[in-house]
Amino acid sequence: MQLSDAASQRILLPVRASTILGSLALALIANFLPWRSVALAPDFVALVLVFWCVRQPRLVGLGAGWLLGLLIDVGNGVLMGQHALAYSLLAFASITLSRRILWFPLWGQALHVLALLLFAQGVAALVRLALGAEFPGWIVLVGPLIGAALWPLVTTLLLMPQRRPAEVDETRAI
Amino acid sequence: MEHTPPPFFNRGPAPLVRLAFFATLSLALLVLDARFRYTESLRSVIALAVYPLQVVAGLPAALGERISGYFVSQAQLREENAELRAKLLDSSLAAQRYEAARAEADQLRRLIGAGERLPLKSQPAEIVYSGRDPYSRKVVIDKGSQSGVRAGAPVLDDAGVIGQVTRAHALAAEVTLLTDKDQAIPVQVVRNGLRAVAFGAGSSGMLELRFMAANAEIQNGDRLVTSGIDGTYPPGIPVATVARIERDAAYAFARIVCQPAAGVESGHYVLVLENEARQAPPPPEEAGAGGDRRPGKARKPRRRDGETIP
Repeated sequence: MQLSDAASQRILLPVRASTILGSLALALIANFLPWRSVALAPDFVALVLVFWCVRQPRLVGLGAGWLLGLLIDVGNGVLMGQHALAYSLLAFASITLSRRILWFPLWGQALHVLALLLFAQGVAALVRLALGAEFPGWIVLVGPLIGAALWPLVTTLLLMPQRRPAEVDETRAI
Repeated sequence: MEHTPPPFFNRGPAPLVRLAFFATLSLALLVLDARFRYTESLRSVIALAVYPLQVVAGLPAALGERISGYFVSQAQLREENAELRAKLLDSSLAAQRYEAARAEADQLRRLIGAGERLPLKSQPAEIVYSGRDPYSRKVVIDKGSQSGVRAGAPVLDDAGVIGQVTRAHALAAEVTLLTDKDQAIPVQVVRNGLRAVAFGAGSSGMLELRFMAANAEIQNGDRLVTSGIDGTYPPGIPVATVARIERDAAYAFARIVCQPAAGVESGHYVLVLENEARQAPPPPEEAGAGGDRRPGKARKPRRRDGETIP
C-alpha cells in the first residue's frame, strides 16, 4: 500500500450504526438541496452508499441501496424503481469490488468510484430512455466526475468517527 | 456427503441472489408504475417520509434569504415601497375596470344562454424543491391534498402559467412545468384567436407549437394565452410569447418556438388554482342523458369547462 494511505493503516474502531444512518440521512438532505443545475450536482447518496458498501459490505448492501433509491425516486417524482434499480446494482458492484478498491491509494479508489457512479448513472439513463425520455446531453456525466473528485473528502470525513486518538500511552505493554 | 458450513459463518443469501431479488423488485415496480399506476398509495406514504428531508434541505436557502433580508438598507426599502405603491395603484385601476367588465360579460353570457363562468379559487404555495431529474421538469410545492390541492390543478405565478399539479401527496404536491417534454397546454393567440397546443421543448426552457400549418397566421412577438378549451386551465391566462418561427418548405408544419411568460424555472412563490369547481357535475342534462335527448330542451347550457372563444 502507498504511503499516502498510511493514515488508514491505523486500526479503526468498529463503526457505529448511528454514523452510517447519520451520513446517509445527510447525503439524502444534500441531494434534496435546491441545486441550480441538476445535471451538475453530484449524487451524494450514491457516493455515501458506495463508501459504506466498500467499507462495511456486511452492514450496508443491496437492501439499503434499494430503499434509498426508492426514497430518491419518490422525492424527485420520477418513476418508482428507477433509482432503486440503479442503487441496487451500484451496491452490488461496490461490494464485489470492495476488496480490490481498498488496496488502492485514495486517487486510485476515486477512479474506481468514478466508474461505479458512471455505471449507476448509466442504468438510470437507460431506464429513462427506454421509457421515452429525451437524452439531456453529455452534461449528465459531469455529476459522477465531481462525485468521484469528492471521494477523498468523503473518505476522510466518514472515517473520522472511527479513528483512534493518537497513541499517547508510552508505558503500555503492547 | 453434503458439507455445510457451521451456522456462525452463515451470511444469508449470496450477493448475486440478493441482486436478482432487488433488481426484479425494482423492475416490477417500474412496470407497475409506468404502465398501470398501481403504486400511487405506496408513493404517497414514502412521500410523507421524504417531505421532512426536503424541508430541512430547503432551510439553508430560506435562512440565507432571511439573513440577507436583514441587511437591506432603508433607501432600498423606500424605493421598493414606492414602486409597489405605484404598481398597486395601477392594478387597482385595472381591477375596478375588470369588475365592471366582468359584470357586463356575465350579463351578456346570460343573454345568450351560456353557462356562467365560475369564480376562480386560488391559494398561494411555495416551491420547496425542484426535482433533481435531468430528464424532466418538475418542482415540489408545500401544499398538498390536505390543503385541497388536486392533481390537474393549474399553477401560476405573477406573470402566467408555470405548470400543472401532476401528483398531490398529503403535504406536498408535484408540479410538472410547462417546459417538460410531456406537458401540453391549449393556447390561443391573443391577436387573432387562433387556437393551438403548446408543448414543452425540454431542456431548452422553451415551448413549441406543434402541428401548425406552415402558412398559419402567426408572427414573432404574438402573445399566447390559455384558451380554456380543455377545462383544466381557465381561459385568458398568459402562457408565452412567440420567439422564433421557422418555416421550411420541406415540411408541412412550421416550427414555432415560444418563450414562456412566467418564470417557469426561476420563481419561488406560486398560486395553485382550484379546478374542483369546474369539474362539479354540470346541470340536470347529465342526469337524464345517456343517449336519449329530450326534444323539449332546445337550448342546453354548454358544458362549463367547454367555453369556446366568444
